[in-house]
Amino acid sequence: MTASFGPLASRRLFIKGAGLVALIGLGNAVLHAPPVLAASNDNKYPDDAFRQKNATDAVKALYGRDHEASDKIKLDAPEIAENGGVVPIAVTTTLPNVTSIAFIVAENPNALAASYKIPEGTVPAVANRLKMAKTSNVIALVESGGKLYSATKEVKVTVGGCGG
Amino acid sequence: MIRRRDFLKASGAAVLAAPALLRSARAVDTVSLYDVEKFGNARILHITDTHAQLRPVFFREPSVNLGIGEMWGRPPHLVERAFLDRYGIRPDSAEAYAFTCFEFEKYAGRFGRMGGFAHLKTLIDKLRTDAGDHRSLLLDGGDLWQGTGLANAMRGADMVSAANLLGIDAMTGHWEFTYGEEALRANLARFKGEFLAQNVFLTEEAAFNDAKALDPGSGRVFKPAMIREIGGARIAVIGQAFPYVPIAHPRRFTPDWTFGIREEELQKLVDALRGADKVDAVILLSHNGMDVDLKLASRVTGIDVILGGHTHDAIPQPVAVTNAKGATLVTNAGSNGKFLAVLDLDVGKGRVADARYRLLPVYSELLKPDAAMQALIDQTQQPQVAAWSEKLATSDRLLYRRGNFEGPTDDVICAALLSQLDAQIALSPGFRWGPTLLAGQSIMLEDVLAQTAISYPETYVQRMTGADIKAVLEDVCDNLFNADPYLQQGGDMVRLEGLSYRCAPSEPIGRRISDLTLDNGRSLEAGKTYKVAGWASMNAQDGKPVWDIVAAHLRSVGLTSAGTSTVTLSGVDGNPGFASQS
Repeated sequence: MTASFGPLASRRLFIKGAGLVALIGLGNAVLHAPPVLAASNDNKYPDDAFRQKNATDAVKALYGRDHEASDKIKLDAPEIAENGGVVPIAVTTTLPNVTSIAFIVAENPNALAASYKIPEGTVPAVANRLKMAKTSNVIALVESGGKLYSATKEVKVTVGGCGG
Repeated sequence: MIRRRDFLKASGAAVLAAPALLRSARAVDTVSLYDVEKFGNARILHITDTHAQLRPVFFREPSVNLGIGEMWGRPPHLVERAFLDRYGIRPDSAEAYAFTCFEFEKYAGRFGRMGGFAHLKTLIDKLRTDAGDHRSLLLDGGDLWQGTGLANAMRGADMVSAANLLGIDAMTGHWEFTYGEEALRANLARFKGEFLAQNVFLTEEAAFNDAKALDPGSGRVFKPAMIREIGGARIAVIGQAFPYVPIAHPRRFTPDWTFGIREEELQKLVDALRGADKVDAVILLSHNGMDVDLKLASRVTGIDVILGGHTHDAIPQPVAVTNAKGATLVTNAGSNGKFLAVLDLDVGKGRVADARYRLLPVYSELLKPDAAMQALIDQTQQPQVAAWSEKLATSDRLLYRRGNFEGPTDDVICAALLSQLDAQIALSPGFRWGPTLLAGQSIMLEDVLAQTAISYPETYVQRMTGADIKAVLEDVCDNLFNADPYLQQGGDMVRLEGLSYRCAPSEPIGRRISDLTLDNGRSLEAGKTYKVAGWASMNAQDGKPVWDIVAAHLRSVGLTSAGTSTVTLSGVDGNPGFASQS
């Protein structure tokens, strides 16, 4: 990422770009200086959740409750990753009173990829890059009004080649 | 070796330049073929996946094209007799020769080569003249610029000249992207038609660095659609490029661009065209592949017709797919210039009242080559003729490539890799392009290039573990047979020599490939390493181009006996996409 700006680079682009750099690699749980805040009810960094191997344990450690699928969550992710090292995903939701958003990559060595606390009055929209070793369900978790909702999409990671 | 063609015997010297002769000819089934009944007010002509075959070619359709799960026995997954039965085509007819592999060698001698741009030009001009001024469009679905040594050496520039003379109004792309952005843009600067691709966007990094885009707001790299007034109707054509370019090909060719099917963006585009732009018909010019298009048609609303390509399926009738707001016709128009699709639309205010579709086989023996196009082809090919006419061998068998698992052409490539690079196992990509050679034909360097000419032809030799090899086979097989069409990339299975295996296409990834056995009868061991040769790697390689390897092999030993490696299929008994003769 260069530090120079063309005439078209807006402030929005800048912020987005900077955020993306900071978050790359989270899927691999390399977290020396956590750029994200804890999503659970307290503000401590959720290191226990990030250490969990599978999706169920990670959700349990982060939220302590089950999630239910919601059609009010829109999860944008590619069908097939163009580069498993940086898979762009984005989530937006029309659910009210969102307090946190988190991403799970079920098949990663550590399932929890990122967790965001959404302060009151913030638009609940997050874009992120995920590192994915192999084909996996990506789960977006949205905490809304004290309940936990989710949207799931499978993203395929392939060695590629052999296009007709 | 060349016998008189049967239909010529029957019809006399039937050429389109003399329509009276055509009408009076006796071979009604072939001659009336090009006198398409007038219908509607807008004629859309569609070619796709010509793979730069400027001259007529033989091209054998597959004997194995399996449909798995929901696609079992459904078009396009029908071959040979199942295909003929489904579409009511007589087995001994010219149509059977064009659309299927049925007794291919016998009928190739009778009906001759197919396609060729000079022949296509004659046919296209006739059909456009028949339609009348401003009542037709000519669309190309992509894979126009790749497939011959010449196209590869000129980075597609030869095909831009041919496309301009042919009168292509709009195209989309796939292999076009593998020449890289600079060559692509240089070609498009010369192209007189529109290059349409609604599903190609700048990556966020490229957008941030101000890479060239159509407009910074959308992030689209190319014009997504065009609107033309045809026969008094406003017709929108949307381009859909191959969605998986940076996955099926090395990413280094398109570092700034991101692709995908982009359903949501497509729906918005269709809605805007129908809403604000008030178009009367919407056509999607697609390089998705037919299975992907069938799924897309069930989910995206407001498209009248998807004119499809990529999977090289020659399907005589459109498949009508219903969705939440109506129905969409889905077509696929074959490959190598063998077919010209004619879509006649009766377009009223805001809607298509009725449609007729014909997929016309382009029999080169029935069409007089257009003089201007022939001159252009001769002139363009001239500098290479001497070098590429070197005769390397004579074919002692039918050499074709198309098929889900194997083809004799790929056996030759794999044999060359094994012997020239001294490897245990050879891998060769399951491309669907590359013309067919008949037994007795000379194999020229040009013919080898027509099977191998890509922008990443370098060969490699590397050590791979048995586990790695199995993982590669599973991965490629999943790209072919995944239950979700959106996860299929449209190529065929990687070709193997030195290793036999069993494949169960209906199983999920990880469970399809088994019984991996080396030519010496030993089982492939997961932890052991093997010397593997291949080409068309996703990673940059520095080995000789594969055409040099194959040419050297043919010069020194000629065609060797057929390979010993086999693929045994499980769970496909009775599948109409399988003909036992393959």
